[in-house]
Amino acid sequence: MADKGLIKTRAEDAFAGHFASLPADDPMRDIRADAFGAFAQKGLPHRRIEDWKYTDLRALMADAPAPAAPAAPEVAASAMTRADLFDGIERDRIVFVNGHFVPSLSETSGLGDAVEFASLGRFLADGGAILDRYDLADPANAPVLALNSAFVGDGAAIRIKEGAKLARPLEIVTLFAGDEPGLQTLRHQVAVEAGAEATILQTYAGPDGVAYQTNIVAEIRVAEGARLNWIKAQEEGDEAFHLGLILPRLEAGAVFDPFIFGAGSAVARSEIRMAFDGEDAISNIRGTTIARGSQHIDTTLVLDHAVPGGLSREFFKAAIDGEAKGVFQGKITVRQAAQKTDGQMMSQALLLSERAEFANKPELEIFADDVQCAHGATCGQIDEDMLFFLRSRGIDAKTAQQLLVQAFLAEAIEQIGDEAIIDVLEARTRRWLGVAEAA
Amino acid sequence: MLEIKNLRVKVADEDAEILRGMDLKINPGEVHAIMGPNGSGKSTLAYVLAGKDDYEITAGEVLYNGANLLEMAPDERAAAGLFLAFQYPIEIPGVGTMTFLKTAMNAQRKARGDEELTTPDFMRRMKEVAQKLKISPDMLKRPLNVGFSGGEKKRNEILQMALLEPTLCVMDETDSGLDIDALRIVADGVNTLRAPDRSFLVITHYQRLLNHIVPDVVHVLSKGRIVKTGGKELALELEERGYADFVEEAA
Repeated sequence: MADKGLIKTRAEDAFAGHFASLPADDPMRDIRADAFGAFAQKGLPHRRIEDWKYTDLRALMADAPAPAAPAAPEVAASAMTRADLFDGIERDRIVFVNGHFVPSLSETSGLGDAVEFASLGRFLADGGAILDRYDLADPANAPVLALNSAFVGDGAAIRIKEGAKLARPLEIVTLFAGDEPGLQTLRHQVAVEAGAEATILQTYAGPDGVAYQTNIVAEIRVAEGARLNWIKAQEEGDEAFHLGLILPRLEAGAVFDPFIFGAGSAVARSEIRMAFDGEDAISNIRGTTIARGSQHIDTTLVLDHAVPGGLSREFFKAAIDGEAKGVFQGKITVRQAAQKTDGQMMSQALLLSERAEFANKPELEIFADDVQCAHGATCGQIDEDMLFFLRSRGIDAKTAQQLLVQAFLAEAIEQIGDEAIIDVLEARTRRWLGVAEAA
Repeated sequence: MLEIKNLRVKVADEDAEILRGMDLKINPGEVHAIMGPNGSGKSTLAYVLAGKDDYEITAGEVLYNGANLLEMAPDERAAAGLFLAFQYPIEIPGVGTMTFLKTAMNAQRKARGDEELTTPDFMRRMKEVAQKLKISPDMLKRPLNVGFSGGEKKRNEILQMALLEPTLCVMDETDSGLDIDALRIVADGVNTLRAPDRSFLVITHYQRLLNHIVPDVVHVLSKGRIVKTGGKELALELEERGYADFVEEAA
């Protein structure tokens, strides 16, 4: 049912206009029309929709730019300096600029025979049947997935073959270039086959002062005994709107370890909706959010333990300064069949200013009787006793605060386990804190 | 070195005075002990000297090498040479002990206009001092005081004192929670730091610490005031007779 009481927002109208302007001969026309219909019926979610209570898109999204055209090659190339976070790490790289795969900026020589990669654009041109998989009437799938299906132009289709172990990480760069706002919509499909192991990094970056939008959906399948580390670094430009949805399915004994580093954008929501399909799968989900100014950064996790023996760990830290707002929503559902599930969730926020805000919403829904589940959520200020102790040793107030915030965030970062990635994210955190790097 | 004149202090937002007109003078190189029953104001004195901001100074002044100590921020006091050995050293998860020590040493050097220590110089100095205090390299790798035993925390305090080379060391019940071996290590650490230009203010409940760190002057603190001052024999007298006599004398 449509929310008849609500007048369409400027952004909703803009989406409708952009949708009407899509080429008429698109082979995916029907799928897109269904998806956009599902979006249009409900519109942007708002605070009375429980899942979006703290991130009211009706209020936050002022407008919606038209799908971005590919960037001129020199514009795209020079924008790459913004996506340099992982430059110290040997890696392969798949680059999308303004929502379009750019082979000339990509580097896939290290992937060898172990990995099949194709840009999704090719499949989309064939009619896009592969996208027709989600129940768009399900409110959980709206609006990010519906908008994604309606506007998706490209993405990465990645298959890591059975038993393959990637020698170095693979990075997916999502970069916006240019000074005109635009919408970039990507859909990734990642399959890590049985026994395979990979680390996939994702970097999101773009210019400050441009109100572009990123809509990204990643469908991930981690097969039996496979292992995937998934590091998302959200460093969008300061006026960007970022909507990310990660949809992992874990088969028996799979290990999926995502880390969400949220630092950029005006408004961002990074959401993971994870299904434990096979027994004894493990997921360690961690992340840090650093926000200041008037940023709004939301991390939402929905875990569905449907089968026995799953283990999930959620550990999130946030440091919020200025008038920024952080949101953490974590929901763990343990179905009746999912005995011996072990789920632990912890979210801790540090408020660094009077007007900083954090909304912490842990939820457990347990229908099985032999499980171990726990959650904790804290929200506080810097510990005065710790601050005094450091100052009593001659460390000035600013440096002492930097040390404490850094230490607080590092507790989550250090659980990543990969020293090179830990170093990158800790150095990035220190830059955010204004710590001068020792020569 | 340190001169406290008619110091009156209360806890911020409360009425009751904790220090009620305290006077104390410590000359360079002297070791003063302050003894007193619970609630006499010993720890308050330590915190006020270090600059904890939970207190309100209602009267009096504190001069440290002629400067108005009470107007200085805690880190400025430290850089000027004041060191507080905490009764309960704070655990700081995520801050490595070595990172902390190096940051503190260099912060003080910077505040005094000295060159910062290079990492090899720092490591050399730290290892040398740590060895004397029986502090294992493993302890130095752990986050500051996290998971340390009571004795390890106190030895870590003395390590900081030795590395930061203060001119006035305020030791707040450093003997609490120490077994006899740990007490000896801590006392040895302090005694090797005794120097003509370095003074100590040792706050303690019990006389036993003063067998190891022998004071020049002993003060009895009661109800926020020094009620008796004497030589090291005063500590023995206190141990024998208890505080009651002195507290009554004052009343």
